[in-house]
Amino acid sequence: MNKLYIFLKYFFIVVWTVFVVAPFLWALTTSFKDFQSVNGGVTYIPWVDFEPNLEGWKVLIKSPAKGGVDIIEPYFNSMFVTCTASLISIILGTLSAYALSRYTFKAGFVKNNDITFFFISQRIMPPIVLSIPFFLFLSSINLLDSLTGLIVVYIVLLMPIAVWIMVDFFNKVPREIDETALIDGCNPYQAFLKVVLPNSIPGLIVAGMFCIIFGWIDFFFAFILTFTEVQLLPVKIVALNSSVTPWWSLSASALVSVAPLIIVAFIVERYLSKGNLSGAIK
Amino acid sequence: MNFKHKYFFLFPGLFVLIGILIFPIIFVVRLSLSGWNSYNPGLDYIGLENYIRLFTDDPRFWESFFRLSFLSVTTVILQYVIGFALAHMVWKDIKFKRFFRVLFLVPMMTTPVIMTVIWRTFFHESLGPVNDLLSVFGVAPKWLTDPVVAKFTVIIVEVWQWTPFMFLLLLAGLLSLPREPFLAAAIDGASPVRKFIYVTFPLMAPISIGAIIIRLIEASKIMDTVYVLTSGGPGTSTETSSFYIFIKGLREFQMGYAASMSFTYLIIMIISLTIIAKVLTKVLLKE
Repeated sequence: MNKLYIFLKYFFIVVWTVFVVAPFLWALTTSFKDFQSVNGGVTYIPWVDFEPNLEGWKVLIKSPAKGGVDIIEPYFNSMFVTCTASLISIILGTLSAYALSRYTFKAGFVKNNDITFFFISQRIMPPIVLSIPFFLFLSSINLLDSLTGLIVVYIVLLMPIAVWIMVDFFNKVPREIDETALIDGCNPYQAFLKVVLPNSIPGLIVAGMFCIIFGWIDFFFAFILTFTEVQLLPVKIVALNSSVTPWWSLSASALVSVAPLIIVAFIVERYLSKGNLSGAIK
Repeated sequence: MNFKHKYFFLFPGLFVLIGILIFPIIFVVRLSLSGWNSYNPGLDYIGLENYIRLFTDDPRFWESFFRLSFLSVTTVILQYVIGFALAHMVWKDIKFKRFFRVLFLVPMMTTPVIMTVIWRTFFHESLGPVNDLLSVFGVAPKWLTDPVVAKFTVIIVEVWQWTPFMFLLLLAGLLSLPREPFLAAAIDGASPVRKFIYVTFPLMAPISIGAIIIRLIEASKIMDTVYVLTSGGPGTSTETSSFYIFIKGLREFQMGYAASMSFTYLIIMIISLTIIAKVLTKVLLKE
């Protein structure tokens, strides 16, 4: 019985591992193919099935004038938008989360939990509902097709995540430490900056990672609110997916875009194993 | 503690969020009462005409909504079962524990649309590896062009993409469980199966509810994957509500009508998610 269980367990893990890895392996091999080895039937193993070449990768750094796909600018645009929106969301979200965790609010029937729920419930909002008014609004103030416009929209996407994780985290930081700081003569802001924040770094990192993930992987808003002036990476790559798709450069650019977030996976795992994510969803 | 300071902490975030959201939402409601389209762009007032059209004369919207419900419920159930199984497997000691944990997290870190572009080549009917390998068995499913199979292709891609998120939430939950119940079960000599049914699962119930709700919320937005994978096709067989609203609003520029659909959609989402949350809480916590 026990042996069967262990066998099934490893079997399942192996199957899932293959499933997880398959598209990456396929993309990796495809990125070294040329026209013939993509369109002349399915090929798998480099040097055996097909002769690998670097064309798919070289195209990425060529300028568009020479027939390249310029993904460097979209790459930095994506990074800039993601990081700025994450930073703003984390700062504002952390302040609000601290207030919700330490003080009591009451306005009529609205209490702390309701305010927290209001923040988090913004994730329920389907992006399409916001996209139409944002589209019309941003075009009326000339922020359509600009980085600023996107950052504003991304704050709505990311702040709920920051508040969600940080409220929970502050609830686990003992109140005594702020009280001690206050007795020692700090004002509430000093207590927050000098005592509470340094004790919340794991929470800030986890919240930051989640903001970066959900900012980096967004496609929809970038797709609707930007066109030619500003392009983000996902939009650029999907645009490559036209009728005569160059699968090799498509695969290479996909791998390049996915790469930086693998580091995030390592960081998340580290904090997960330390137990810093534990209470977030209770 | 001083009374005023708390507002300085709370308000910047709260007001930025409300400030960004309030006008779009009011505007959607107002827009839904207008006949804004590409011939006649402007906020005229046509009363409830759009809503009447939506409720009496647009089966495509309701079909897309039921399709969305089917897709999101199916994917979330699959993600929950697989995610729980995976989390349970790498929870306790296993070889290369951290390697598997990182590996199982990776798909959620990848951009859905970009991976979907890869999946499209993967499921390509003549040049993709799946049908090439399946040709050994003499079958060649039309992954992207058969109305029924295409739905399952969407489900496969969604499960690949988002099971890691479920896995992450459930593993975080498992790691936070108290030790005592497990010690007690071990002393009683409970088998692994009984231990799971009587100890692990009940303890995980609140976390499961949270994780399922979070995933349902995110799954109800399925749109990117569909756009890239099948563009809603073949026909309308993989079209979800968001995608249909997108076509009406930002492709055909029937802004007024699209706004009435998106407002209806938002209300339905809020009501149905609240009901699901209530039901799940009752079912999982009572046992």
